[in-house]
Amino acid sequence: MTKLVYFAWVRERIGKTEEDLDLPPEVVTARDLLNHLKTLGEEYENALQYPEVIRVAIDQEHVEHFEKIAGAREIGIFPPMTGG
Amino acid sequence: MTMPTIRVQTDDFDLRSEIDLLTAGRMDIGAVVSFCGLCRDEQGALSALELEHYPGMAEAEMNRIALLAIDRFSLLGLTAIHRYGKIAPGANIVLVIAVASHRQAAFDGANFVMDFLKTSAPFWKKEHAADGSPRSWVDAKDADDTARDRWR
Repeated sequence: MTKLVYFAWVRERIGKTEEDLDLPPEVVTARDLLNHLKTLGEEYENALQYPEVIRVAIDQEHVEHFEKIAGAREIGIFPPMTGG
Repeated sequence: MTMPTIRVQTDDFDLRSEIDLLTAGRMDIGAVVSFCGLCRDEQGALSALELEHYPGMAEAEMNRIALLAIDRFSLLGLTAIHRYGKIAPGANIVLVIAVASHRQAAFDGANFVMDFLKTSAPFWKKEHAADGSPRSWVDAKDADDTARDRWR
């Protein structure tokens, strides 16, 4: 099981703050994960409609979409940041 | 090695006391530069900004950026504080203070930290309209990426 945490409008559209998911073995990279999540229902499809803008963090560190997610304890999925 | 002070909190901060904490008893500091970011009301359209953050990662990312700045500009001290929760127009959102021997390093250090904080520290702003109803999430600006990239 991998813990997924969602923030801002990704969280609102999916309708969950976090969840534990069993990921299929063909999900290797962060991009694979976003594409997999899009198949889980309309709310995911809506949240991840433009996956290229979505940011991914593994164990609280930013990663690029081509990076592998193997061994991740926690994966954060969120929109571009707007703090400061 | 200079260690930064990083805080993510709902409470307000006090600029004067944060500067005093950095400079007390120090005779080697010649420059203090502070940046304070405040909530605007956008000509009366907004009643508040609501700041969401990724607990743990927000602090870690601010600390990583702070250490890069300390190393790059030989800063003698650095404080970065970011608030979260609902913030009213006119209230403080973020504070960065950089101290150094000379002014250029302190100016550059504070500028660098803000440019990276805006684009890589996991915070998100949601606007609340003047009638109190939630409006929309603030969009990320390309200009912020451009500001960050000039440090490469």
